[in-house]
Amino acid sequence: MLKFVGKRLLQLIPTLFFVSVLIFSLQQLLPGDPALVMAGEERDPQVIEQIRKQYRLDQPLPLQYVYWVKGVFSGNLGESMRVKEPVLNLILEKLPVTIQLASMAIIIALTIGISTGVVAAVKKNTVWDYAANVFALWGISTPNFWLGIMLIFLFSVQLGWLPASGYVRLRDNWEASITATILPAFVLGNAIAAVLMRHTRSAMLQVLESDYVRTARAKGLLERRIIVRHALSNALTPIITLSALEFGTLLSGAVLTEQIFTIPGFGKLVVDAVFNRDYAVVQGVVLVTATTFIILNLLADIAYHLVNPRLRA
Amino acid sequence: MVDAAQVEPLLDLVTIESPAMRVWRRLSRRRAPVFGLIVIGLFVLFAVLAPLIAPYDPIAQSWSLVRKPPSLVHLFGTDDVGRDILSRVVYGTRASLFAGFISVSIALSIGVPLGLTAGYCGGFVDALLSRMTDAMLACPFIILAIALAAFLGPSLSNAMIAIGVTTTPIFLRLTRGQVMQVKVEEYIEAARVVGNPSWRIALVHIFPNIFPAILVQATLSIATAIIAEAALSFLGLGQQPPYPSWGSMLNSAQRFLSNAPWMAVWPGLAIFLSVLSFNLIGDGLRDALDPRER
Repeated sequence: MLKFVGKRLLQLIPTLFFVSVLIFSLQQLLPGDPALVMAGEERDPQVIEQIRKQYRLDQPLPLQYVYWVKGVFSGNLGESMRVKEPVLNLILEKLPVTIQLASMAIIIALTIGISTGVVAAVKKNTVWDYAANVFALWGISTPNFWLGIMLIFLFSVQLGWLPASGYVRLRDNWEASITATILPAFVLGNAIAAVLMRHTRSAMLQVLESDYVRTARAKGLLERRIIVRHALSNALTPIITLSALEFGTLLSGAVLTEQIFTIPGFGKLVVDAVFNRDYAVVQGVVLVTATTFIILNLLADIAYHLVNPRLRA
Repeated sequence: MVDAAQVEPLLDLVTIESPAMRVWRRLSRRRAPVFGLIVIGLFVLFAVLAPLIAPYDPIAQSWSLVRKPPSLVHLFGTDDVGRDILSRVVYGTRASLFAGFISVSIALSIGVPLGLTAGYCGGFVDALLSRMTDAMLACPFIILAIALAAFLGPSLSNAMIAIGVTTTPIFLRLTRGQVMQVKVEEYIEAARVVGNPSWRIALVHIFPNIFPAILVQATLSIATAIIAEAALSFLGLGQQPPYPSWGSMLNSAQRFLSNAPWMAVWPGLAIFLSVLSFNLIGDGLRDALDPRER
């Protein structure tokens, strides 16, 4: 086990190195002189010269990279050009909002995905199975920004049940907070529910054919007990670890969902940064999401090894 | 002396079907992929014949026709500056399909050769390419595409490049994995023993065997690319106004939800239908290419 963890940790180093190179080189894609682009409307040569000094654009490229990485290691992701605040502060400020949204989305996705997946597997090749498969196909093929707009139209404009936009902090008023985020959380969870449904269905089908389920049936146990205690509890392990890998989908989805529901989270931060040409913020967001994803991936891998006795050496 | 009974099986061998024909036979038997193929066929027709099919000029504004609900004159209604939505949806097919095909082509043309190299050579090259793939896959797809599109500058072609580059690691990883499986087969070893150069083994002996898996992934990736293009255009990073794209149409529709909901219905439905169809074709191809199927 220790050897496995150690090996995975060692693999992280080159991956993280390439992530940092990738994000650093984004800046090189800017057409023309980056100092001029960063200056925006400003044309004062002194200001441009100052930007060039401040961002060390006058130094050779490898040296610029070294300075940048040094900064990252000391928690300095640069400063936002627009609001003149450290990028890290901006990210930390927006993160709780997205975490709340993402957690609610994952709960919704697990609930819908696992239950429909179990029903589809248990009632294989019936109307229920087909319905669940249609649901999965629908979930995978519907762009979440369209789903969001249509749900706003239905629940906010037509029925007036839920707010169309806005956000209330959980600790300020938890009821208003949940009401404001339930629609975006559903939109976000929908696509993941579809993926989880497919995984649950195939995992359950495999388990239901196994010997110990046949033994449980032969013992005359109640079908419901067999499905929940014997089959599902075994099929769940890969599903839970898989849901950790859906983190990327979740954050990608959050960008658009937050935009539609005007929720001041991580996604809105990156989109606003793109339009304000606030490149340090864009780089910071990509760096933080990628690092989080890599760590989650590692944890999921370790968890999978821990709970699966067959993989334990 | 050869009698008729012995000749018959030989004739059967002569009329044996090609792999492509077998896949087509299996695919055309199923309703879902056939539905997908018909829908995509229609969309391709829309894209190619847009000037003939669209009833109006997709960028012609008219202040007397602002936000008119669907009617016989304007089947899908008109938008906030009086443009015919049906015409815009028809012309928007061009941006979406183009983005889907071009960005996946970009991903294929970089990812497959690199994957072949990584899988076939192994060792340091493989380790290097694999870690680079891991790094790219660690960045959430849309966020990386947005970042790339933002740094490259907003335009449809830059959006396609951004989506293509972001999709590349998927093909690199897939190709690499497939090559690793195939290269230990005996017929590859036989090809090597005969003295074939590496490039020939990779292209002539390995590639045809991993092609099916790549084809399936390419079809599914077109679906993802169409959603991604719509998302980037929705955010203003793809097709630029006044040219129509389904994503940017949804963006303007969002502001008029309470008094012109039809503006949001049609472009969204078009995205959904095209993405669904590519997913159905991809799933169908996977089943049809499965050697365990008959």
